[in-house]
Amino acid sequence: MMRSAASTVLLAALLLTSGCEREKREFKSERAESGDRDEVALSSLSPGATPPQVATSGRAATFEGNAYHVAQGKRLFTWFNCNGCHAMGGGDSGPPLMDDKWIYGGTIENIVATIREGRPNGMPSFRGKIPDDQIWEIAAFVRSMGGNLSKNVAPQRNDDLNPFPAENRRPPSPPTTGGQPLPASRGTQ
Amino acid sequence: MSDGTMRELASMKHRSLVGLCTIAFVAMTSLCLGQSIVPPPSASPQEDGQWVMPAKNYASTRYSGLDEINTANVANLRVDFTFSTGVVRGHESAPIVVGSTMYVLAPYPLILYALDLTRPGAPLKWKYEPKPEAAAQGVACCDVVNRGPTYGDGRIYYTTLDSHTVAVDAATGREIWNVKLGDINIGETMTMAPLFARGKVFVGNSGGEYGVRGWIVALDAATGKSVWKAFSTGPDADVLIGPDFKPFYDMDRGKDLGVTTWPPDAWQQGGGNVWGWLSYDPDLNLIYYGTGNPGPWNPDARPGDNKWTAGIFARDPDTGAARWFYQWSPHDLYDHDGINEQILLDMPWQGKPRKVLVRPERNGYLYVLDRTTGEVLSAKAFAYLNASRGVDMKTGRLIENPDKAPVMNKVVRDICPTAPGAKDWNPSAFSVRTGYIYIPHNNLCMDYEGVEPNYIAGTPYIGANVTMHAGPGGNMGEYTAWDIAAQKPAWSLKEPFPVWSSTLATAGDVVFYGTMEGWFKALDARTGRLLWQFRTGSGIIGQPTTYRGPDGHQYVAILSGVGGWAGAIVSGQLDRRDATAAKGFVNATRNLPDYTTAGGTLYVFRLP
Repeated sequence: MMRSAASTVLLAALLLTSGCEREKREFKSERAESGDRDEVALSSLSPGATPPQVATSGRAATFEGNAYHVAQGKRLFTWFNCNGCHAMGGGDSGPPLMDDKWIYGGTIENIVATIREGRPNGMPSFRGKIPDDQIWEIAAFVRSMGGNLSKNVAPQRNDDLNPFPAENRRPPSPPTTGGQPLPASRGTQ
Repeated sequence: MSDGTMRELASMKHRSLVGLCTIAFVAMTSLCLGQSIVPPPSASPQEDGQWVMPAKNYASTRYSGLDEINTANVANLRVDFTFSTGVVRGHESAPIVVGSTMYVLAPYPLILYALDLTRPGAPLKWKYEPKPEAAAQGVACCDVVNRGPTYGDGRIYYTTLDSHTVAVDAATGREIWNVKLGDINIGETMTMAPLFARGKVFVGNSGGEYGVRGWIVALDAATGKSVWKAFSTGPDADVLIGPDFKPFYDMDRGKDLGVTTWPPDAWQQGGGNVWGWLSYDPDLNLIYYGTGNPGPWNPDARPGDNKWTAGIFARDPDTGAARWFYQWSPHDLYDHDGINEQILLDMPWQGKPRKVLVRPERNGYLYVLDRTTGEVLSAKAFAYLNASRGVDMKTGRLIENPDKAPVMNKVVRDICPTAPGAKDWNPSAFSVRTGYIYIPHNNLCMDYEGVEPNYIAGTPYIGANVTMHAGPGGNMGEYTAWDIAAQKPAWSLKEPFPVWSSTLATAGDVVFYGTMEGWFKALDARTGRLLWQFRTGSGIIGQPTTYRGPDGHQYVAILSGVGGWAGAIVSGQLDRRDATAAKGFVNATRNLPDYTTAGGTLYVFRLP
C-alpha cells in the first residue's frame, strides 16, 4: 500500500519534471566573423541532368525548430532596424517577407546569406556587424513571417499595435521558385 | 501716304499705346489696392510657351498663360504621343520643355531622355545615363523617385538617388559635371528638383527617415563647385546664421538653437532634410525653402524644439546667409516635413499691399507669410484635422492637441492628419485669373505607437508603429480650390485615393491633375466641374506641365507611373496583410492594386 503510494508520487514527480522540460536554449553566440558552412544556389537551373549542388550544415533545424531562437530573432529584427525597410513582413523600401516570392531564395540558408552578404539593389551587407548566430535567429524569425514554422515555435500575438494575425496563426506560404518579380522592380519601393 | 502722315500715325499709335498702358496701369493699381493677387513679375515672367522648371517660374505658380486649350474645347483633348520610360516605379517628375525639346526624367536608374518636338511623334534625340549606385535604392524611404530636372544656361540639372548632382548639355546630352554630395552609407539620398538662379544650382539631401542631417548646397552652375552649404541642425556657423538673421518670432531667436533645442548631440542625426521645393524672389534676392521632419519620428527621443527642422528658411542666394526662419511644427510630433512648395504672391492684406508667400503645409494649415519678415498673416486649415487647434498668432506657435500626442508604447488612435500630412510634396498651383490656389491633398488619419528608436547609420531611424486609414467621409484624397482672398475653399472634390499628383492651372481656366487609379483630369478652374478625363496606363503621381509646341499649338504633358510612398503597395508589390507596411500607408491604400498596376509612360495631349 505504502509502496504503491510512494510509486504513484514518484511517477507523478517524474511526469511533472518531464512536463517541465524546456527546449534547449543556446545563449553563447558565435563570433561575428564566423563564416558560413552552407552552400546555397540562387537558381534552380544548373547545366546538365543534376540540379544545382547545395550543401547545408543542418543548422536550419536548430534555429527553425526552436521557439527561443525565433523569439530572439523577432527582437533582433527590430533592434537591427530590419523593420524599418521590411515593416513587420509586409515590406516598405525593402520587399515583403511574409509572401511566397523570394528574389534570392526563401530557405533559411538563403536568408542568412542575404543578410550576411547583402544584395545589389539595396539590401545592406551585415557581415561582421551582426554575430552569426543572431543572423540565423533573425532568418528563422523571417521564416515564421510567412507562416512557415511550426505553430509551437512561431511567435504569438504582440503586446504592441497589432497590424495582422500573429506569426503562429498565419497560413503557411512556402517559398516558390516561380513568379518572382525582377529585382530592380522589386528590391525596394 | 507721305512720310509725315506715317510719322503722325506712328506717333498716334504710340500715344494711344501709352494711353492704353496708362489705363492698364491705373486699372492694375486700383486692382492692387482692391483685390488683385499676382505673383511678382520678376519671379513670373511673361508667358513664352516653355516650361523650363518643374514649378514653371520662381514664384512657383505652376500657371501657364496659354489658353488655346480652354473650358469650351478641353473635352476634345486627345493623345498626341506617348513615350515609355522603361521603368515601372513611381514617376513624380515633371516633363519640362525648353525651345523645341522636351526633357523627361525617369525614376531610378534616372535616365534623362530628350525628345524632339519638331518631328511627328517626338522621337528620341538623345539619352543620358548617370548610372547611380544600385545600393542607393536600399536607403530611399519612399520609392526610388525623382521630382524633376531643371534648366538654366544651356544645361539640364538634376539630382540622383546616390546623392550626386549632374549637369548635362541641353543640346547634346553630354555630361558637363557630376558631383558627389552625400553618402548612401549614412542613408543620404537626393530626390528633389534643383532650382537654378543667379548662376547657381540649389540642391539638398533626403534621408529624414534615416537620421540624416539635412543641408542645402549652392553649386556653381558652370562647374558644379560648392559655393556655400547650410545645415538644418547644429551650431549657427553650420546653419549660416549670422548678423543678418532676423526671425519674426521669439521662439526662433537665440544662439545655437540648432544645438540647444536638442538632447546632447541628437542634432547630428536630427534630419531637417531639404528634399522639397525652392522659390526665389529676385527683387528681395531671397530663396525660400523648407526643412524636413526631425529624426527620429518618435518625438519622445528628442525633447526640445528641434531647430531648424520642420520650418522654412529665407536665405541670401549668393552667400547662403539666413535672413529669417519660421517653424511650422516646433518639436514635430508626426513626421511633418516642412518642405512643401511656397507660392510667392503680391496681394493686399488688410488694406495694405504685402509681399506674401503661401504654403499649404503638411500639418494641414494654409499659411500666408510675409516673405520679407517671416510673419504669419494667416493659417487656416484646408483639410480635416484634430492633431492641432490652430496657430497662435502672437507667438507663431502651432497649438497642439495633447490628446493626440504620441506616447511611448501606447497606441494613440485616429490622429488626423497622418505622417504624410494633409498634403505631402506634390505641389499646388495658383491661377492669377481666379485667385485660387489649387491644392491636391489627402484626407487620412492614423493610429500611432511610439517605440524605442535605434540609430544605426544607413538604416531607418523612426521609432514608431503606424497604420493609416481614410479620414471622415471615407475618401482618402481631395482636390481643393482655395480662395486666397476670402481665406476659405471655393470648391473641393473628393477622390477615393490620396491625390499624390501635382496640378497645373492655365489661362484657359482649366486645371489638370491625376489620380492614383490613372485618370488624368481637366476641371473648370472656377467651378471644379469635370470637363474631360483620360485613363492612363498606370496611376498618376507626377506633375503636369503645358507648353506651346513648335507648331504653335498648346500641349499638356503628364507622366503616368504609380508609386511613391502612397503607391508603394503597387510599385514595391508590398503585402497588404501587414497594416504597417510602407510605414502604415498600405493599410489605407490596400485596395490600390485592384485599380492599377505599375507603369511608366509619358502622355502628351493636344486638341484635334
